[in-house]
Amino acid sequence: MLKTFPKGGIHPSENKITSAKAIKRMAVPSLVNVPIEQHIGIPAEIVVETKQKVSIGQVIAKTGGFVSSNIHSPVAGTVTKLDKIIDSSGYKKQCIVIRTDAKDPSNFEEIEMPLKTDIELEPKAILQKITDCGIVGLGGATFPSQVKLNVKEGTNLDYLIINGVECEPYLTADHRLMLEKSEEIVVGIKILMKALQLKKAVIGIENNKKDAIGLFKSIIKKEDGIQVAALQVKYPQGGEKQLVRAILGREVPKNGLPLDVGVIVYNVGTIFAIYEAIQFNKPLIERVVTVTGKKLENPSNFWVKIGTPIKDLVAEVGGLPEGTRKLVNGGPMMGKAIKNTDVPVTKGTSGILVISEDEASRGKAENCIRCGECVFVCPMGLEPHLLMNLTEKGFYEKAAAEDIMTCIECGSCSYVCPSHRPLLDYIRFGKNIVKKLETAKN
Amino acid sequence: MSQPIIISASPHVHSSKTSKKVMYDVVIALIPAFLVSLYVFGFSALLLTAVAVISCLLFEYLIQKYLLKSEVTIGDGSALITGILLAFNLPSGLPIWMIVVGSLVAIGVAKMSFGGLGFNIFNPALVGRVFLLISFPVQMTSWPLPDGITGATTLGIIKEGLMFGDTMTNISAQIPSNMDLFIGITGGSIGEMSALALLLGGIYLLVRKVISWHIPVTVLVTMAVMTGIFWVINPEGYASPLIHILSGGAILGAFFMATDMVTSPMTRKGMIIFAIGIAVITVVIRLFGAYPEGVSFAILIMNAFVPLINTYFKPRRFGSKIKAKIV
Repeated sequence: MLKTFPKGGIHPSENKITSAKAIKRMAVPSLVNVPIEQHIGIPAEIVVETKQKVSIGQVIAKTGGFVSSNIHSPVAGTVTKLDKIIDSSGYKKQCIVIRTDAKDPSNFEEIEMPLKTDIELEPKAILQKITDCGIVGLGGATFPSQVKLNVKEGTNLDYLIINGVECEPYLTADHRLMLEKSEEIVVGIKILMKALQLKKAVIGIENNKKDAIGLFKSIIKKEDGIQVAALQVKYPQGGEKQLVRAILGREVPKNGLPLDVGVIVYNVGTIFAIYEAIQFNKPLIERVVTVTGKKLENPSNFWVKIGTPIKDLVAEVGGLPEGTRKLVNGGPMMGKAIKNTDVPVTKGTSGILVISEDEASRGKAENCIRCGECVFVCPMGLEPHLLMNLTEKGFYEKAAAEDIMTCIECGSCSYVCPSHRPLLDYIRFGKNIVKKLETAKN
Repeated sequence: MSQPIIISASPHVHSSKTSKKVMYDVVIALIPAFLVSLYVFGFSALLLTAVAVISCLLFEYLIQKYLLKSEVTIGDGSALITGILLAFNLPSGLPIWMIVVGSLVAIGVAKMSFGGLGFNIFNPALVGRVFLLISFPVQMTSWPLPDGITGATTLGIIKEGLMFGDTMTNISAQIPSNMDLFIGITGGSIGEMSALALLLGGIYLLVRKVISWHIPVTVLVTMAVMTGIFWVINPEGYASPLIHILSGGAILGAFFMATDMVTSPMTRKGMIIFAIGIAVITVVIRLFGAYPEGVSFAILIMNAFVPLINTYFKPRRFGSKIKAKIV
């Protein structure tokens, strides 16, 4: 029996068209736009000036507080300007624009490193290195990794869970990484187990990636305490709370964290970034991005420098096809629609999805027929139809009492609604107002 | 890029399920029962259904177009279903003008006056039927039998027989066999006779995931258990559970009327409570009430409780009231 979470969930068409495409290295872009807000929390503080020369991996923006992260230059070059550029959020955000020095050899050095299995650093030093290297959660939430590792003395912590679920349709970045860097990921897991003094770790992978499951199963035979859990294919299993429930049967309390049930969760991409940071002192300046879409000439997976404009990626897969109507930063369920291809790749960009005419528009919203589908698929046990109605009518306090803030915005409700009602749109709006009301109260 | 890029919030994909498809699946599921009614009652069943459907669609059109001056949505399939279900709940041979009045009450009073699709509290087809039953009891309870003579339904014969102190052994001789009840060679409203045809449609709805098993199974099981208890205690004074399930509107009600999405609860827990309520009220009316049949009343009464059920039987929120389980 494959494990999964019991309540709710959906199974949209997987469309993993790039799962057999090996990760290619993108050519070094001539220009990068590096936003200082690539993580959840406080934006980083710029420490470079216009016209300043920067080397590859140099800190260009320093962590701005406890929940924040360093940002490094992805290329060697010159800072041309500090400008506000529209990022995937749709807002203009402060960016550091760097022109790549085409003559600097460090830009073109081979970055692939041999496997290094000995872990020399001690737990304290590991934590410091993760902070220095600007590692954030690469699954999409971009939560600064060192914050999670800062576990208080005496906390009952017994499991590390590695999220290799990749439940979003289309995306294959984590899948490819697991296939191509499996040994490295296992070392990364051991690094974290050492840092947290943990004895047990489980890699959770959905059963549509049987090759990755098999690969890890054969590698971990010689490892102590690491297991692989094959999971039933069900969205949103990559959600932390759903994943912990699926693998260990533990339910994270309402408004709580996995830590409350003794678990810490890291995405496989993050684990690999931590491996590189600890073993080779390499900061987070690149990541795997899936560039995909049904009509694309050559959809594929790439190693991409942070700050690369999305148009470079699109050009690499054969350009935007005729009839393109939507560009999504991320997967189709939780990704953000972006306005143009100047938007830069950031630490949280797991994929670029190009959607054409036939699938880009939403159906016309009709009356709710009270079928209850949204209630049945909600993995958090909420009543989306009710939350939408309460928000629409302005009953924000009632919506808060109905647990609107525990919504994880997975979009399952909007996905199934046969009347195409904008359920999640209203719930997001309601959450925003409830958050403001709560801040005002305190 | 010839046309502008669309910006919208996630999710960017959608399931292929639409309200229209849901509605037309229900229509497809009703076809077997309709064919049986054509076989048993011939042209009069066709006429009855056609009049009910056309008048339901027409009243919805007229009300939306001229009274509410709103968008006309008669193509969504909901009025079509109301028409078919209303017809299925009427005896063949009912005067045409009564069918039209029933349709007007169903669409005009029960549906549009509440705000149209999705806002009605009571099942429109049942409101139409019950209105006719109360207003025109004679015409509404004269059931043409398959052989052309007018007579009482199975449940009617049992009710009357038991009331006059007859035993079930004697009554059994006057009612169709269980096999005839199952196939549908019996009297009654045109759509409720054939358990077999209705079950076929019900299974189709379950397979297509238009309905879940919770309401129909709970209604039928609760009815069987309740009538079974009485029957075991006194088999001469009460009909067997099998007769209760196979006759009257039990199966039509359980699969097609009680499962109406708009007027049933939205959580699994709520559906079970709702279904138990329907079964209990139906059995109480059938065994102890003045009417031989009570499915319509039971569903309407439980419809009224749906908002309350939705308020008090919520899904369990993730992470609430958990038993601490840390190794």
